[in-house]
Amino acid sequence: MRNAETVKGFLFNKPPKKRQYAICIFTVAGATIICSGLDKFIDYRNVALILLVTVSCLAMFLDILPVLLAATLSALVWDFFFIPPRLTLTIGETEDRILLIMYFVIALINAVLTFKIRQMEKEVREKSERAREVKFYNTLFNSLSHELRTPITTIIGASDNLMNQSVRLDDTTRKELLAEVSIAALRLNQQVENLLSMSRLESGVFQIKKDWVDVNELIHKVVHHLEPQLEKFRTSIDIGENLPLFKLDFGIMEQVLYNLIYNAVIHTPENTTITIQALFTEGKLILKVADNGRGFPEDEFENVFTKFYQPQGSKGGTGLGLSIVKGFVEAHHGTITLENLPVCGAMFTVTIETEVTHLNKINDA
Amino acid sequence: MHKAQILVIDDEVQIQRLLHITLQREDFDVSSASTAAEGITRVAQHPPDLVLLDLGLPDKSGHDVLKHLREWYSKPILIISVQSDEAAIVKALDDGANDYVIKPFRTGELVARVRTALRNAAAEGNKTELTFSDLTIDLVSRAVKKKGVAVKLTATEYSLLSLLARNGGKVLTHHYMLTQIWGQHYHEQSQYLRVFIGQLRKKIEDDPNRPTYIVTESGVGYRFTAHQ
Repeated sequence: MRNAETVKGFLFNKPPKKRQYAICIFTVAGATIICSGLDKFIDYRNVALILLVTVSCLAMFLDILPVLLAATLSALVWDFFFIPPRLTLTIGETEDRILLIMYFVIALINAVLTFKIRQMEKEVREKSERAREVKFYNTLFNSLSHELRTPITTIIGASDNLMNQSVRLDDTTRKELLAEVSIAALRLNQQVENLLSMSRLESGVFQIKKDWVDVNELIHKVVHHLEPQLEKFRTSIDIGENLPLFKLDFGIMEQVLYNLIYNAVIHTPENTTITIQALFTEGKLILKVADNGRGFPEDEFENVFTKFYQPQGSKGGTGLGLSIVKGFVEAHHGTITLENLPVCGAMFTVTIETEVTHLNKINDA
Repeated sequence: MHKAQILVIDDEVQIQRLLHITLQREDFDVSSASTAAEGITRVAQHPPDLVLLDLGLPDKSGHDVLKHLREWYSKPILIISVQSDEAAIVKALDDGANDYVIKPFRTGELVARVRTALRNAAAEGNKTELTFSDLTIDLVSRAVKKKGVAVKLTATEYSLLSLLARNGGKVLTHHYMLTQIWGQHYHEQSQYLRVFIGQLRKKIEDDPNRPTYIVTESGVGYRFTAHQ
């Protein structure tokens, strides 16, 4: 996210070092040729001004060393080609000698000053970007610590109450407190699971273990697992006929689908429809999870898969689910995209190209 | 009646306590060991009816303990393991563990697994007929009936079903099933397993998409749930 070079400003990406030197040499050479062409119309002193402008222009875009080279080179060029006697480095007039020294000093000051201004500007920009980033992560960590501390607080509080000898609790209250402990622990488990998956992905040693997967089995297993949450929704499952077997990591794909469906469950109103689709086209497995909710604000599309992202007015979550999904899909060399549906709702599409086998029926009777 | 003796080998005191309370309530006789060495000694001195073994022990890996115990101890060993460690679970099952429970677990699930393992160990190996809620498998005539109606299975489908059912309640790894049904050379041909499990479910499950008999254990294998 933080990449000063890509930030729009009056500066753009600097070319690599070697090319910068080449640019300096060619630009000075070009200016020299143009000045030679204008030789009949302008005085050799004016040539110095043209060269000075050229060097200043270079200073705006390039590093200090190539610009210093350009300054030195242009001074030599001016002396050699334009200051009489021409085509020698000797200078006839004292006045011209002073002019050359002045030219050189001005070119150097120009180069150094431009460079310093640019550095200061870069520092300011980096500082403000840093501040923005710190603010961004503070918000994120606040939501993460909220998500972790709330269930812990519930567990500690409820068990304190249950253990406190001086408070007499009736049976209903005791049961309620115990139920709270159980819910909080399950919620905590889900968050820890997400954090562990994230660390696995970021460890750099994460590897998937592919084996033949029956996508039908995969989808129904996840839906079955989410049955309590899906009770308040209509679920539509549409699996293409005669899908081949795909080489995938079953456990990892289970988590991909789980997170996508769970995401739909927590962010869309009850009694809406959640659609899960699987098809095989152009040698690719395509999995779609769609809902009838409000969809995502278009300007937040690119942030959706960012770690810790939370939509405006979100009902909680660590903001890790979708970035884990993206990581797991990419571990399968697949892609995931998000789009808002024409009427209402959002749809995630996972596309994975992997080995398939059409071994759908074996006769061994 | 003799109370079944269970040895818990886990270094976490909280887990030990939880298992004590849970299993004692279910009328088991529970003892525990905190290290691999202590666990092995206990099993040698007073062989329990079942061992609950944690894979992460301080002095030795649970895998080593398992292999060591399996040299002479033949009663059920259940693995208790932390999550997202499919490879470790598969290894333990292939090394002779009877089942596994993942931390965090629900105590009801744990007790059910313990009971199943004990029941399977006690069951005599010479049953000729296996009956589950609406499914009957006659091991002599190789006939399968669902709700009293004969189910026509291919030879491989039958072998698979009887392998699963004879090991009711126990998770069987892909590797184990492939080598048992198709032989050593097929241990990586899991596509056969997928296809046959799919076909079998269509024949014996009420809803093949929501299987109640043949349950998938993600990344590990299949389990025949023996709700008798």
